[in-house]
Amino acid sequence: MGIKPGEYFLQGNEACTEASIVAGLKFFAGYPITPSTEIAEGLASKLPQTDGEFIQMEDEIACVSAIVGASWGGAKSMTATSGPGFSLMQETIGYAAMTETPIVIVNVMRGGPSTGQPTRASQGDVMATKYGSHGDYQVIAFAPASVQEMFDLTVKAFNYSEKYRVPTFVLSDAEIGHMRGLLTVPKDIKIVDRKEKGVRRADEAYDVPDDLVPPFPTFGMGHKATVTGITHTPKARIEPEDQKVHQELVTRLNNKITANRRDINKWEVVGPDSKTMIVSYGSASFGGREVAARDDRVGLLRLKSIWPLPVEPIREAAEKCEQLLVCEMNLGQLFLEIKRVALEAGCKRVELLAKIGGAPPTPGEIRHKLREMGVI
Amino acid sequence: MELFDFYDQDRWPHVFCPGCGNGTVMNCFFRAFNEIGWKLDNTVFVSGIGCSSRIPLYINSDAIHTTHGRAIAVATGLKLSRPELDVVVFTGDGDLGAIGGNHFINGCRRNVDLDVICINNNIYGMTGGQASITTPHDFMSSTTPFGNKEYPFDLAEIAVAAGANYVARWTTKHVHELTKSMKASLAKKGFNFVEVVSQCPTNFGRRNKMADATALLDWFKKSSVRRDKARAAAIDHVDLNLAGQITTGEFVCRDRECYHERKGGKPHGDGH
Ligand SMILES: Cc1ncc(C[n+]2csc(CCOP(=O)(O)OP(=O)(O)O)c2C)c(N)n1
Ligand code: SF4
Ligand SMILES: [Mg+2]
Repeated sequence: MGIKPGEYFLQGNEACTEASIVAGLKFFAGYPITPSTEIAEGLASKLPQTDGEFIQMEDEIACVSAIVGASWGGAKSMTATSGPGFSLMQETIGYAAMTETPIVIVNVMRGGPSTGQPTRASQGDVMATKYGSHGDYQVIAFAPASVQEMFDLTVKAFNYSEKYRVPTFVLSDAEIGHMRGLLTVPKDIKIVDRKEKGVRRADEAYDVPDDLVPPFPTFGMGHKATVTGITHTPKARIEPEDQKVHQELVTRLNNKITANRRDINKWEVVGPDSKTMIVSYGSASFGGREVAARDDRVGLLRLKSIWPLPVEPIREAAEKCEQLLVCEMNLGQLFLEIKRVALEAGCKRVELLAKIGGAPPTPGEIRHKLREMGVI
Repeated sequence: MELFDFYDQDRWPHVFCPGCGNGTVMNCFFRAFNEIGWKLDNTVFVSGIGCSSRIPLYINSDAIHTTHGRAIAVATGLKLSRPELDVVVFTGDGDLGAIGGNHFINGCRRNVDLDVICINNNIYGMTGGQASITTPHDFMSSTTPFGNKEYPFDLAEIAVAAGANYVARWTTKHVHELTKSMKASLAKKGFNFVEVVSQCPTNFGRRNKMADATALLDWFKKSSVRRDKARAAAIDHVDLNLAGQITTGEFVCRDRECYHERKGGKPHGDGH
């Protein structure tokens, strides 16, 4: 169902819309906000034609709440937003993590804090994606860097959200969301459905091999499922004061993601044997890609997923090269995480090129920084 | 169905205080549910956070106990994804009218097929008795130690104005009328709202010289006036306390088309 295999020239947000339908989206709740609105507008007309439901809610708290409800009805569910709306969603993102509700949230990042730069790109929400809600929890977040990846990684976001029963993010930005580019829709696209309680499926081979992810008791099937954000036992008995129950639950919720990091994480390396490696993601990686393509001394590790932190590729790059340069469109958020992993791996030098204000760092700016570092 | 089949006995004992009105509301609901012949396996109960919002956890069916204030928004998504399921929301005055106020008024306006039962005990029960949006003017609470300076909301009138398909208000003293209205609400399509003024002896009564449940029930009885009569008796019927009365009755019963019943149709302005 949805877009046919072939070549298209589309906007990033449109590619995300098409991908969500291909992935099996059946319920979308949205609230207008630049620069994500095209996703809601596209789905308002497309979803009803593909047997799905679109609704515009009264605010973003309502949006994320509604997709949680729809997910328990068994529907693959999504919302799309940007900075201010994303901040409003935080409490319920933690609720979805605690209740193991598969939901997909597209955050087309814009400059913050507050209203900031509604039409300009930023990567200011990277930490808020992982740490925005209270308590210890894990999420999955993908960082597309092209129209093609808006498509591919949106499909992956659904697949992993379903597989691990976890809120999953497509962390895009105004640059990627609004750019137009070539999209190739392949013939065979792997779609993963949640491991439903009492139902056997063809794709069960993809299931997590142990019991870290319990089967999903869809409502209305006679399971008498109880869903609650209060600390609960595996049988959904609420035990808010039991230390052991809390520890076991929260530890498992975290482990099911961190222990499966290798399955989840996606990245790309250009020039793996370079003395200097740029580490970047999303539209911040545009400049680095150009520099790496033209200079043998410089390589690029581009993270296509950023949560859970892709420790393995960062470690590998850090072990091989002499220095790392992290490029991001914030004042240094993933930088400290990357630096920690790199220093532990024995890399002596990790520098930051931080650029905010709406435009990705240019190749010129990156070369200038590399010259300052004395490495080119 | 027997009363005991309706509850999930594994979850007993419940958390409610002796004399709490929640039990009365649950029993009235059970009767309405049973008499109308709804099936537990086809019903999902949704709630927010609060003493009243614990009710779904005790019922032997699918239940989702959400975050504070968000029950109607969650229920909206659930109902639209599975229109064949019956969805009932249990909520409290704080959950529905304060933190969830926006979802409440928009839920009434949107008219998705949901049955919302609000237990209005005029207080934040679960957190220990702070003033809520329905605490009457001048009444005491832990956050209004010199009397409430604010004026309360009239939840049922808000629901009427916001467009709910069915609205009724009773107190826990009116068990027969309440059961009847719950039945009427379940039988009707659309967004249906039943408000129950209920007693919280622990955290409301105690601070307002009505420490035991019977004192509160007597107060409800003394103050209740049927809405048709109340309109004439007090122009300012919005204020539960100044007017000295709790207006009760069936406030509205209308048949606006449900949100999800509209399939296609002719958009406004077509053909011009
Ligand atoms: C976002 C958020 N704020 C505050 C709370 C704390 N809290 C828990 S229950 C409650 C009040 C519930 O009042 P009401 O809905 O009237 O239910 P009652 O306990 O009176 O039945 C509050 C404020 C919370 N759980 N979440
Ligand atoms: S605190 Fe009040 S509302 Fe809560 S259980 Fe006790 S009596 Fe009932
Ligand atoms: Mg209350």
